[in-house]
Amino acid sequence: MGNLNSLAVENLSVSYRQVEALRNVSFQVLPHRVTGIIGPNGAGKSTMMKAMLGLIPYQFGSILLDNQPLIKQKSRIAYVPQRSQIDWTYPATVWDVVMMGRVKKTGWLLPFSKMSRLTVKKALEKVQMSDFCHRPIGELSGGQQQRVFLARSLAQSADIFFFDEPFAGVDQKTETIIFNIFRELAQEGKIVLVVNHDLGESINNFDNLILVNKNLIASGTKEEVLQEENLYNAYSGKVSFFSQNQKLIA
Amino acid sequence: MLKILIEPLQYEFMQRSLIIAIIVGIICAVVGSYLMVQRLALLGDAISHSVLPGLAIAFILDINIFIGAFVAGLISTLCINIIRNNSKIKEDAAMGIVFSAFFALGITLITVVQKENKIDLNHFLFGNILGVSLSDVKDTIIIAIFVLLIVFLFYKELLFYTFDKLGAKSVGLPVNLLDTGLMILIGLTIVASLKAVGVILVLSLLITPACTAYLLVNRLHEVMILGVFFGVISSISGMYLSYYFNLPSGPAIVLVATLLFIFSFLFSPNHGLITGFLKLKYNQIKS
Ligand SMILES: Nc1ncnc2c1ncn2[C@@H]1O[C@H](COP(=O)(O)OP(=O)(O)OP(=O)(O)O)[C@@H](O)[C@H]1O
Ligand SMILES: [Mg+2]
Repeated sequence: MGNLNSLAVENLSVSYRQVEALRNVSFQVLPHRVTGIIGPNGAGKSTMMKAMLGLIPYQFGSILLDNQPLIKQKSRIAYVPQRSQIDWTYPATVWDVVMMGRVKKTGWLLPFSKMSRLTVKKALEKVQMSDFCHRPIGELSGGQQQRVFLARSLAQSADIFFFDEPFAGVDQKTETIIFNIFRELAQEGKIVLVVNHDLGESINNFDNLILVNKNLIASGTKEEVLQEENLYNAYSGKVSFFSQNQKLIA
Repeated sequence: MLKILIEPLQYEFMQRSLIIAIIVGIICAVVGSYLMVQRLALLGDAISHSVLPGLAIAFILDINIFIGAFVAGLISTLCINIIRNNSKIKEDAAMGIVFSAFFALGITLITVVQKENKIDLNHFLFGNILGVSLSDVKDTIIIAIFVLLIVFLFYKELLFYTFDKLGAKSVGLPVNLLDTGLMILIGLTIVASLKAVGVILVLSLLITPACTAYLLVNRLHEVMILGVFFGVISSISGMYLSYYFNLPSGPAIVLVATLLFIFSFLFSPNHGLITGFLKLKYNQIKS
């Protein structure tokens, strides 16, 4: 696929009936970088992602990829929802779920091609889940479930990747696998956007950060964003967070 | 033994009703699988109760009752969505309001007209499979072919949509269309099943065989295929029980389906209550 320039969000405002979730948020996301969206619980991180993807309506704003509306380029998008939004008792195997990544590319009325099967196989190898291919999804650990979804997004052969809290409740091994894949995608020139509310050590794996709490607090490289003042504004004085992080980035 | 099986088939009405029962067993299990995985059992109940006034009005106006029932089912789902989307009332409560209202309206209408028209409320509520006509059989077959064809052609899209609605929407699948399509399939299936089991018991044919299969296998298409097997077994055995013991056919079919579920619930190799207990004991003895 062609070279990506950037994803530009301008003046995005989102409300749910009476609740205002995001107010006038603007930022840019660049390819070749792993970008994290951080902020406290209820800050509007998931909302921002859903609005950008056209999954929920927004009151105002524009979201452009290469100067064209993002929602007109859905075939270039891969989205992994928050794990809690999925019914894991659904009768499907690992293979079935990763295959879903090929549904749109396959097209109506057609069966999956050999190529698609191969793509899915490779995606499963990449997340080290090939051995679990026939396992029902309900019989996986949280980390394995997350890797299955990562494989599904890889199978989509997308240019721009959205992950909502991929590290929630996953083991160390999975976290490493996932970050390595993010790094590879970035090196291939993809846009990688990751919601992550954990401000632990893992934050060092991001290149750029977008810090929100209803408003945009800061965006840029992680050094620029992880300033005491920004964190104070976002987390309204939970001092432990930033003193810890100052050490991490120092 | 063979004689027992063949004897009822010499009557044409028995042939017709067996065909209907088998078809209904098939499509209910397939469509019911979608209801089960989306936790929409209550919606199935709501739609089936809501078709009653449509049946009554179609009867009064002398139009095809399939059409009357289908339109009523459609209007009721529309009402449920209007209430849910425009107030803070949740979906299940909206269903409760709408389906009981429609059901009450249906019963009232049928009671008013039943004396002069010599129709029987019970036939609407519990089915009247022995009274099916040749044109009923034809209508049911057409509906079944349509339903199965749609499921077959759009299987991969419906699987994606019913598993992960947001994911499906994010890649650009027309989720509203898929949702409406599923509702139409559910409506058609319920309408096709009314003669066999009636509005009250159709939920059982939709949900029970699918759940029985769900305890035994792990993929949606396997749930459907095995569900069809259980549905058809229930339909056929129910019809024979009804013939020989002079039982109402709908309840007989439902009771067989329930029996199969109980077996699956107790003895499923992976999830069975008794199998689980035996495995535990076995492991205790071994160690
Ligand atoms: N469907 C909804 N209806 C109404 N309000 C909502 C809905 N979803 C989210 N909100 C509200 O919007 C705000 C932002 O929620 P959002 O889920 O985007 O936060 P988040 O940053 O993803 O939080 P978390 O870290 O807990 O996932 C919150 O105040 C939340 O209560
Ligand atoms: Mg969230």
